[in-house]
Order: sequence, then C-alpha cells, then structure tokens
Amino acid sequence: MNYVFIGTSLAKIIGLLGFVLGLMNYAVYAERRVSALMQDRLGPNRVGFAGLAQPFADAGKFLLKEQFTPAQVNKFYYFLAPCLAMIPAIITISVVPFGSTLFGVPMVIADINVGILFVFAIASLGVYGIVLAGWSSNSKYPFLGGVRSSSQMISYELSLALAVIPIFMLVGNLRLTNVVQYQIDNGWLIAPFFGDWTNPGKWLLAIPMLISFVVFLIAILAETNRLPFDLPEAEQELAGGYHTEYASMKFGMFFLGEYIAMITGSAIIVTLFFGGWHFPGIPDGSHGWIFGLINIAVFFTKVCALIFLFMWVRWTLPRFRWDQLMRLGWLFFFEIALVNIFIVAIILMFVH
Amino acid sequence: MAITVPRPNLNWRERLYLPAIAAGLAITIKHFTNMIFGRTKVTMEYPEEKWDSNLPDHYRGAPALVRDTDGRVRCVACQLCEFICPPRAIKIVPGEISPTDRFAKVEKFPDAFDIDMIRCIYCGMCEEVCPEQAIYLRKDYAITGFTREDMVHHKDKLLEIGGVMHGVVLKWNQRK
Ligand code: SF4
Ligand code: SF4
Repeated sequence: MNYVFIGTSLAKIIGLLGFVLGLMNYAVYAERRVSALMQDRLGPNRVGFAGLAQPFADAGKFLLKEQFTPAQVNKFYYFLAPCLAMIPAIITISVVPFGSTLFGVPMVIADINVGILFVFAIASLGVYGIVLAGWSSNSKYPFLGGVRSSSQMISYELSLALAVIPIFMLVGNLRLTNVVQYQIDNGWLIAPFFGDWTNPGKWLLAIPMLISFVVFLIAILAETNRLPFDLPEAEQELAGGYHTEYASMKFGMFFLGEYIAMITGSAIIVTLFFGGWHFPGIPDGSHGWIFGLINIAVFFTKVCALIFLFMWVRWTLPRFRWDQLMRLGWLFFFEIALVNIFIVAIILMFVH
Repeated sequence: MAITVPRPNLNWRERLYLPAIAAGLAITIKHFTNMIFGRTKVTMEYPEEKWDSNLPDHYRGAPALVRDTDGRVRCVACQLCEFICPPRAIKIVPGEISPTDRFAKVEKFPDAFDIDMIRCIYCGMCEEVCPEQAIYLRKDYAITGFTREDMVHHKDKLLEIGGVMHGVVLKWNQRK
C-alpha cells in the first residue's frame, strides 16, 4: 500500500464520480430534448444557451422544495430507500475500465478479478431501494410498484447473467480489463472487423455474441426500469409507482438513480461488447497522455451513443403488460440465453 | 353482457415483433432527424414569435372602454355591464357631468371604472349588453402583473387599450 496508489485512486474516484454525476444531469436534459424532438416538440430550450443550464435549474428546484414526509410511513426505511436506489448504481461503475492509462495509471478504479460478478452483485441491490420505497410508503400504488419491481428484477437478472456467460467462455476471465484486452486483440465481440478477420471461426462466433448482446441489452433495459419495462413506475397505472409518496430531493434521488443505472448499464455493455475504450487505429495511453485522454473520450462517446439508444427505444415502444413481461423473461430470454451458451460451447470446441 | 374481443391471429413474422419494433424505431428517428434539421416546424416559440396578425376578428381579448370621435368617453355609467358580468369583474362609480359641459345632456359618466382582470373570463357579455357600445373586447391577451392590484385595469388603462371608436352611436350629437 503506497501513497501514490491511494492518491491516484482518490483522484480517479473524485474525477469519475464528478463526471458521471454531470453526465447523469445531462442525460436527464438529453432525455427531455430527445423525447421532445421525437414527438415534434422542442423540449427545454430556455435556461441558458439552448436550455443547457436546465439541469442546474432542476436541481435548485428539487433542493428548495419542501421535504414532505407522509404521516404513516416507516421513517427509517422511507429515508433509506432513496440512498439505496442511487448508491449501488454509482458503485458498480468502479470496476469498469473507462480508459486505458493516463500517465501510467490504469483508468479503472478497482481492477478486481471478479469484475462482472461484482457488477451483478451490487447492481441487484438496487432493487432494494425500490422495494423498500414501495413498502415503507404505506400506500398501495407504491407497494404494487415495489412488488412488480422485485419480480421483474429477479426474472431479468437470470437472463442478464446467462447472456454474459458466453463472453467469459471466450475470454476465459472475469476481469473486465481482460475482456477489453481480448477485444483489442481479436476485435469487438459483436463486430470483429479487425485482428485476424479472415478467420471464419470468429465470424461464426459473432452470431451468438449478437444474440447475447440483444438479450443483455433487453435485460439491462428491464434492470434499469426503462420503457418498455418500466412497470414499477408505470405512471398511467400506478400514479408514479414506487416513488409516488416521495417529494423534493428524495424523489430526485430515485429519478437520478435511474439515470445513473442507465449510465452504468451502458458502460458495462460498452465494456463487454463494444471494446470498451478501444477504437481501431487509436493507440492506448502508453503512447502519450493525449491518447489516454482520447481513449477516455472514446469510451464515453460510446456510452452516450448507447444512452441515446435507450432513449430512442423508450420513446418508441409502448409498455408491456405484466404477464407479457414475465412470459418474455422466463420463456424467451432465459431459454435463448441458455441455448446460446451451448452454441458458443460447440463453436469453441470446433474452432479452438 | 360479456363481449368477447376478437384477437387477431398473428403469423410467425408478426409474432416475432422485431420487424414492428424496427419499423417503430425508424419512424421515431425520422421525426427526430426532421426536427434536428428543421424540416418540421410545429411549435411557435411564444414571446419571440407571435400569432397576433392572424387573430380572427371575433377574437375576445381584454375588455376596454372607447372614446367617440369627439373625445368623449362613450360609457354613460348605466352599470348594466357591472350587473351582467358573470364573475363580477366590473366595478363602476358613476359621476355627474356638470350642466355647463358640452355633453351635459348625457348626465352621467364613469368616475371610476375598474375591471379586475383576475376575475374576467373574457365572455364578452359586457360588450353585448352595453347600450352605448362603449365597451369592447380588444385583442390584447397578454395581461400580466406582479400583484393583484396590478391586475386591476383602471379607467385610464381601459381607455388606453380601447382607443377611439368611430361611428355607430351618434345619439348624443349636438344637433339631435
Ligand atoms: S368580458 Fe365578461 S367577465 Fe370580462 S368584464 Fe366583460 S362581462 Fe365581465
Ligand atoms: S353597459 Fe356600457 S354604458 Fe353602461 S356602464 Fe357598462 S360600459 Fe358604461
């Protein structure tokens, strides 16, 4: 344990946290603008240039609102729930490599060897925030939202975990930096255009990888409560769902927690399927700090592109019915992910 | 009576849902790009762009008092509008015109004429009931103020909005 390690880690934590929180605020703004533009509206464009100061206005409004607490709630859990909704989502990003190296320091906060398992373990804690919010509010609509959320999370966590197994069969390691390194050597998992691209076995593998990607993407949508899987907060059915009884910044925490979860989800998808911070032709940070910065920029550009995809999907598709959601999760994605593992295993047996 | 809703039988392609989802995504992105490149123009950004020149003739905006071509306030303080106004937005204090005045035979004029624009519902009853055609609904619609008092239009303000109305009632002419 030396001081350089502690110092760089602290700097990385503060830098990444600040950046992700900023990105989150602008994700909210982007969501509003994108949804508006897709519906031929304009969206918030008044505060600052093109509405870019809108997140600050929103934050100010949330902070200044009355901290209203309904009378019959279970106070302890009622206050715990918003934190629980936000914290797991932030923590998971710590194992994601968001850049190569900068001045010789690897751009990942915790390069642990259980990588993706840690992500699943922590991300699934996020459901406690929602369930506790629904339960402690002592009101039937939030309760229904919480119940829906727990069953939805359990159903989709399965396909989430099964969908990534093929990747780790291929890479042979759970460490996320190794996953990225593998993709640098062999091409992005869903688009192996470089490396030894004449190898037909790689192209064969790209098909189950694509299936994995689709299943994983859909499961992430369900995990982050985004439409078409936003049943826990279905406004039209549940009057807002699990956060109905929350006001001011406590509501804001749920709201922002959802966006942080979206950013983390995108970051994980980028790491697993889109080669992380790698872009063909751009060397890593050991060739100069400018490339280290470019790597980070590439990573977050990919993340933003995925966030846009999430928004695009949200403003296109209607919400699933409850039984459809369950059937989809248990009868389709679970099986597809399971079969996919065997396909990859068979391909690997013949190719390697 | 129970109604059985017929469910369409989807073929395998429709049941895959993916073509429909792709079509939907294509539609939304088309709207998105059209907006980005300014090909769709739906919203009118209010304070900068206004629709004022297109307001129809029968548009009912803020009620206002008018003067006639002699510069006299047309209102004779009969208080019919005060009586008919559904939300009771109008308050009139009648005054007497001095016998030496040129318009002495009109006898009354409004000493004070207040319309509370917080109450006014722009119904146009006052315009309809007025025997003197002294009150009209103009095309002003952006009535704002920081206090309740700001929102009460006094006589000066009403006359300012109203301006001069030509013709129509000439019964108080000297020659008649
Ligand atoms: S428009 Fe209607 S509400 Fe307004 S002052 Fe006239 S009568 Fe009253
Ligand atoms: S009805 Fe006409 S004349 Fe009578 S008080 Fe109202 S505005 Fe004046």
